[in-house]
Amino acid sequence: MEEIRNYTMNFGPQHPAAHGVLRLVLEMDGETVVRADPHIGLLHRGTEKLAESKPFNQSIGYMDRLDYVSMMCNEHAYVRAIENLMQLEIPDRAQWIRTMFDEITRILNHLMWIGSNGLDLGAMAVFLYAFREREELMDCYEAVSGARMHATYYRPGGVYRDLPIQMPKYKESRWHKGDDLKRFNSWREGSMLDYLDAFCADFPGKVDEYEELLTGNRIWKQRTVDIGIIPPDLAKAWGMSGPMLRGSGIAWDLRKKQPYAKYAEVDFDIPVGVNGDCYDRYLVRVEEMRQSNRIIQQCVAWLRANPGPVIVRNFKVAPPSREEMKNDMEALIHHFKLFTEGYCVPAGETYAAVEAPKGEFACYLISDGANKPFRCKLRAPGFAHLSSMDTIVRGHMLADVVAMIGTYDVVFGEIDR
Amino acid sequence: MSEPTSLVRRLEVQLGSKMVSGVEVNGETTIEVLPENWLAVARMLRDDAAWQFDLCVDVSGVDYLSYGQVEWDTTDATSEGFSRGVEGKGPGRFDWAHRPRNVDFPRRFAVVVHLLSLNHNHRLRMRAFCADDELPKVPSLVDIWPGVNWFEREAFDLFGIVFEGHPDLRRILTDYGFVGHAFRKDFPLIGNVEVRYDPEKKRVVYEPVSIEPRVLVPRTIRDDSRYEQAEAEREARNK
Repeated sequence: MEEIRNYTMNFGPQHPAAHGVLRLVLEMDGETVVRADPHIGLLHRGTEKLAESKPFNQSIGYMDRLDYVSMMCNEHAYVRAIENLMQLEIPDRAQWIRTMFDEITRILNHLMWIGSNGLDLGAMAVFLYAFREREELMDCYEAVSGARMHATYYRPGGVYRDLPIQMPKYKESRWHKGDDLKRFNSWREGSMLDYLDAFCADFPGKVDEYEELLTGNRIWKQRTVDIGIIPPDLAKAWGMSGPMLRGSGIAWDLRKKQPYAKYAEVDFDIPVGVNGDCYDRYLVRVEEMRQSNRIIQQCVAWLRANPGPVIVRNFKVAPPSREEMKNDMEALIHHFKLFTEGYCVPAGETYAAVEAPKGEFACYLISDGANKPFRCKLRAPGFAHLSSMDTIVRGHMLADVVAMIGTYDVVFGEIDR
Repeated sequence: MSEPTSLVRRLEVQLGSKMVSGVEVNGETTIEVLPENWLAVARMLRDDAAWQFDLCVDVSGVDYLSYGQVEWDTTDATSEGFSRGVEGKGPGRFDWAHRPRNVDFPRRFAVVVHLLSLNHNHRLRMRAFCADDELPKVPSLVDIWPGVNWFEREAFDLFGIVFEGHPDLRRILTDYGFVGHAFRKDFPLIGNVEVRYDPEKKRVVYEPVSIEPRVLVPRTIRDDSRYEQAEAEREARNK
């Protein structure tokens, strides 16, 4: 009889289903995976070390570039760590804005996930639908910060500026004209809150469209049901969080259990799965989009009724207004000191976690009292999730590895840091 | 309430001499444990019904070298002018040849883990300082929480902390064949090598770095009256 040997194959780093730069070394027995060894770090930029060489405020922009599909949630963890150490009190309005943008970010992330996961498993159309709504929410990012993705909008002490009173409109062009232009601009007549109201009223119907394409889809179910089952004990042992943990039936959500910003004051539900397979995690994420939509609506209602400051009036950490700066020597000095030397954060350490769309994203910050962090460790949910790859995919087929990478929702910006 | 609510107090009672110290600051509890008690304490924290720390969310290496050192003197006036700001050995300001050496710092390396209990909804930070700076060692927690596997690999890769008993202690984030431990405080921010494609050799080649170490803002610690005033105002508000 001929000798049969396992063979090793390289999956990635240039594979379209590897979601960026994952190199997966798979030991195969025919079509079955015997061992999976993910090689990561191809996108390692040393963010944590870079942060040590810069004043605190100058690293906020790096946080956007970690998990680059849920930008503001990363910023939130970082600025919360600084605020914890400095004992800053954040104005209510800033906290509501943060709550709202965290949820906008969650929808952005889940849309990206549903689109690319669908694409991985052969459902091409979802991607196009998901990106349509993503575009609308990215316009909110742009309106509020000037950047569509890397916003640097959250600052220690609040957010950088108040919500715009006017939404930018589309101009007539070869691509936008006539009735289309009118339809595109119909939401944009009023303020950003009006725009979001229109979006929220519309969005549940859009989620129905994605569900129409996937939830009952025979092929989709064949690719996800009973694939990559993670029992609750295993999920806990591997330090999982977010939809990975909830998909296994554990109702754990930092927004409910350890509320931050204004999550204690909004009404929403935590969806949990039953079987802990890829299909359950899909259902959990879809429901989370609907719940996020609910939260945004509540935030919009509050923000509409309650104007006020959006950043602390403490010129040690937040700049004075331009107007003050031009008229007042003291304000000018504050401005100069803040943007050159920065501010000193009292010595101490803190661990600030937020429920990012992918799970628990946290910043462990050690300060020795200087104007730069002494150590800034970023805890990325994807890192913990991906490490369980070998355990979960053993015995699965090669095609299921793709389903599993999709359901982990990996983004290498945060895993490699 | 009959039982003491503070986590630190309860841990003190239960751990006794196994706990070196424990503090609670701003609602966050930190305990320090010796490396020889590391495994026993971790196992107790996971299994004891009073604690049930079933998740180990984070493992982080820390290099305490240069903790509290500054490049800008804020207590004395000087006639030397600006150079005091641009000279210094803070992060990013030296290359490999000029890295800080022979700095006497007791117990440089520490491992910090963050534990989370879902049932009791509390967190705990646990720290162990490695006894030997030349070969920092801590027992591996892989048998207690399998999920720490990659986190410990990361701390090994970036700080050179050896986790005894780890089944697969390879580098994880840095390049294949990387030399050194990048997040140590005496490792230059600019690194040691740079990579480019060589059209003559038709392959990627490594060369010594050509960029200058440069960081604009000096590292400063200020505890002058402005910060004291802010502190006093905060205390007055909290009263």
